[in-house]
Amino acid sequence: MRTERNRVKLNRRWKKTSIMTFVIPGALWFLMFSYIPMFGVLMAFKNYRYRPGKGFVYSLLTSSNAGLANFRFLFRSPDILNIIRNTFLYNVVFIVLGATLPVCLAIMLTRLYSRILAKTAQTVMFLPHFLSWTVVSYFLFAFLSTDKGLINRIITQNGGEPVLWYQREIFWPFILVLVHTWKIVGYQTVIYLAAIHGIDASLYESARVDGATPFKQTMYITVPLLKPVVGMLLLLNTAHILNSDFGLFYQVTRNSGQILSVTQTLDVYVYKALTESAIYGYSTAVGFFQNIFGCLFLVIANGIIKKISPESALF
Amino acid sequence: MKISRFANFIYTLLFILISIIMVIPVLFVVIISLSSERSIALNGYAFIPAEFSLSAYSYLWQVSGFIGRAFFNSLFITVAGTILGLFIVIPYGYALSLREFRHRNFFTVFAIIPMLFSGGLVASYMVNTQIYHLANTYLSLLLPIACSSFYIFISRTWFSTSLPHELIDAGRIDGATELQIFSGLVLPLAKPLIATIGLFFTFGYWNSWYEALLYIDSNHTDLYTLQYMLISIERQVSSLAKNEQYLGVDSLTSLPTDSVRMAIVVVIVIPITMAFPFFQKYLISGLTMGALKD
Repeated sequence: MRTERNRVKLNRRWKKTSIMTFVIPGALWFLMFSYIPMFGVLMAFKNYRYRPGKGFVYSLLTSSNAGLANFRFLFRSPDILNIIRNTFLYNVVFIVLGATLPVCLAIMLTRLYSRILAKTAQTVMFLPHFLSWTVVSYFLFAFLSTDKGLINRIITQNGGEPVLWYQREIFWPFILVLVHTWKIVGYQTVIYLAAIHGIDASLYESARVDGATPFKQTMYITVPLLKPVVGMLLLLNTAHILNSDFGLFYQVTRNSGQILSVTQTLDVYVYKALTESAIYGYSTAVGFFQNIFGCLFLVIANGIIKKISPESALF
Repeated sequence: MKISRFANFIYTLLFILISIIMVIPVLFVVIISLSSERSIALNGYAFIPAEFSLSAYSYLWQVSGFIGRAFFNSLFITVAGTILGLFIVIPYGYALSLREFRHRNFFTVFAIIPMLFSGGLVASYMVNTQIYHLANTYLSLLLPIACSSFYIFISRTWFSTSLPHELIDAGRIDGATELQIFSGLVLPLAKPLIATIGLFFTFGYWNSWYEALLYIDSNHTDLYTLQYMLISIERQVSSLAKNEQYLGVDSLTSLPTDSVRMAIVVVIVIPITMAFPFFQKYLISGLTMGALKD
């Protein structure tokens, strides 16, 4: 009897722990590819020197301490302020555009008479989200190539001088914003569309009975009810204010040297510091700075959002 | 909530225009890939080429060695990566949705922290190459993107909202083990979720290039994917262009021609463009679930 009860108990415990098996692959992955690399942040505080035959961990631990030297260097480098400015400003533009343009487009899509057109437009706009930056960089090149590109062909056919697009910095802020919008606006519109479809239809019904125009319905029903979604996406984006889409700034610009002053962002800079010059401590420091700043921004933005619209706060 | 006919007319025009802007680059690249080399040399990239030609595609077909290998690699990492990703994400999300999972909170936080903080590119690179020795292996293309906290939370939301939990309890009363319940009862019901997450992984792996850029060097062209091949061609073209004055024009002829390059782009883009409208339902449901907070 007792052994029987024990077995039932044991069985139950086994069953409870066996749920653990489901998280094992994921937990292992997080451990290997998220948590262990976090210790690599140590490199930012070390003068990392590889000791042949001793392995990475040994080399890292036995490298001399650098204190904050890698970070001090960060603020002395003349390029870095410019790079931080680029990263920050592009993100601000992307965030502002992302909180306005797709909201308008989503509202307009729901108002179209033709459902077929609305559905088609939505599908077509969504497509670029599923194309890689590599492919997009070839798309752009087809238009901007100096000797074969469509735009220069049109210019020369009308008697103009061909433009060296990949060498003129003045165009790139516009080109990058345009390309980014082209790729992402459909995706954002789809998210807002889903939120609009989730709005209770009876609200519009009663508004119409009260004689509200479509514009008033939008302003007083749709927009206020979309605020939490907009707020949350805004919040998530501010956490990445110093991160950038590496593909956009590295691939789409074809890593062209002449336009770096307006296209180089922190991620591109770190990548190049790693692959071209192999300066580990310094580039880790830049990444660490990016991360800490992002967390800080998230907390601040969350605090602000909490005041304005509590339901979209993350924590 | 009807708008005026005039407003509708304006909106219609606007969305037709937007739709055209969205597809035109794709269409343009298809046309360039179908243009003959001669007409590209003569007119550049044009929407109406002087001469159409299938030579780029017959070239791709013939040089199946190098490019065929890249195509195979892309296909392989897409299939293997999707299976691997589902194997990691779906059970984890399921476990987080179970109230009786004792360590639920711990493993939830365990998945949230990586969303907020990471060691950064250099640390990951060093760990992956120096400790795991992933450089120049298929695993370097597969493992680093085989999991995502975002997908895990989509799964958790789906399991806690769409799965009838009485069914799980019934299975437990019948004495089934957790594993039996998961494989026999839960997975068959979770087909829409598996489709959604599977599609995200499929598109993600098919489009991935960053891992190859980091971990595959030019001595291992047998590991190149289609995406990475485009990058490496572009690099060669630009480095040749820089040195053109020393090398002469002939050096460019060893590289794939314009139409062949664009044909590779088409080979990458067309499967997505064809498949994507049919799966849109699943993709949207996943994205909106991810945007939901619970």
